[in-house]
Amino acid sequence: MLDTALFYIFAALTLGGGVLTITRRSAVHSAIWLITSLLGVAGLYLLQRAEFLAGVQVILYVGGIMVLFLFVIMLVNLDQAAKEKRFSGQKWIALACVAAVALQALWFVSKGAGRFTLGQPSIAGENLGNSEHVSRVLFSQYLLPFELASILLLVAIIGAVVMAKKRI
Amino acid sequence: MSPSYPEAYFPILLQVGLAVLVAGGVLVTSHLLGRRVRNKTKDSPYECGITPVGDARGRFSVKFYLVAVLFILFDVEVVFLFPWAVVFRELGLFGFFSMLLYMALILAGFFFVWKKGVLDWAKRGR
Repeated sequence: MLDTALFYIFAALTLGGGVLTITRRSAVHSAIWLITSLLGVAGLYLLQRAEFLAGVQVILYVGGIMVLFLFVIMLVNLDQAAKEKRFSGQKWIALACVAAVALQALWFVSKGAGRFTLGQPSIAGENLGNSEHVSRVLFSQYLLPFELASILLLVAIIGAVVMAKKRI
Repeated sequence: MSPSYPEAYFPILLQVGLAVLVAGGVLVTSHLLGRRVRNKTKDSPYECGITPVGDARGRFSVKFYLVAVLFILFDVEVVFLFPWAVVFRELGLFGFFSMLLYMALILAGFFFVWKKGVLDWAKRGR
C-alpha cells in the first residue's frame, strides 16, 4: 500500500520533471527540472530495493551528468535558440512516434506481460544488502565486463582530450 | 535485521521534508511579509557591487568543459570502487589484482591527460 503510493509519487516526479524539462524556455530551468526527474528515478530504484543503483543514480546522474549539462549550457550560445519558435513543423511526426510507442506499450502490457519475469528483489532470504549482491556478482560473473568498463573509460578520456585540444 | 523497508528510509524522508519546508517557508514568508521596492538598481544581481558588464550567458573556455567531462569519467571509476570495497575481504588477493588491472587502465588515462597538459591552466596554447 505504502509502496504503491510511493511508486506513484516518484513516477509523477519523474514524468512531471521530464515534461517540464522539455517545455521550459530557459535551458538552465530545463536542467533543474531534469534533476527532479532523475531524483524521481532514484526513488523508483530505491522502491525496487536497489540501493546501490539509487546511490549511483544520485551521485553520477544528479551530481555528475548535470554538471556536464550545465557546462554545455555555459559553453554554447543559446540566445538565438531562446528566441526561436519551439515545437515547429514536426508536430505530426512527433505525435505519430508517440502513438506508435504508446501502441507498443499497450500491446506489451496486454499480451506480453506474462512472458517475461521481473527479477526478484535481492534481499529475499539472506540478510544481505543489495550492494553486497551487486558486488558479488560483479566480481565473479561479470568480471570481464567490469575490466572492459575501464577500457571504455580510458577511450572516453582520450576522446575528450582529443576533441577539446587543438594540438595534441 | 532492519525494520520494514519504507521504515528504514523514514529519517531520509523526514530530512527531505524538513529541507523543503524550511526552503519553501523562507520563500513564502518573505513573499508575504517582505516590502517590495522595485527599481533598476534593486533588480541588479549585486546591488552594492560593481555594475555588471555584458551578459551572464557569455561563452566560457572549453577547458571548463574538459574538466567536467574528466570529473564524470573519474567519478564513474570511483563508483566501481565502492562495490569492490564492500566485498574486499571475501575476494582476497584475486579481487585485489582484478582491481589493480582496472586501476592501471584508468591511471593510464590519467597520465595521458596529465602529459598532454590538459590540467595545466597557466600555460597558453600548448
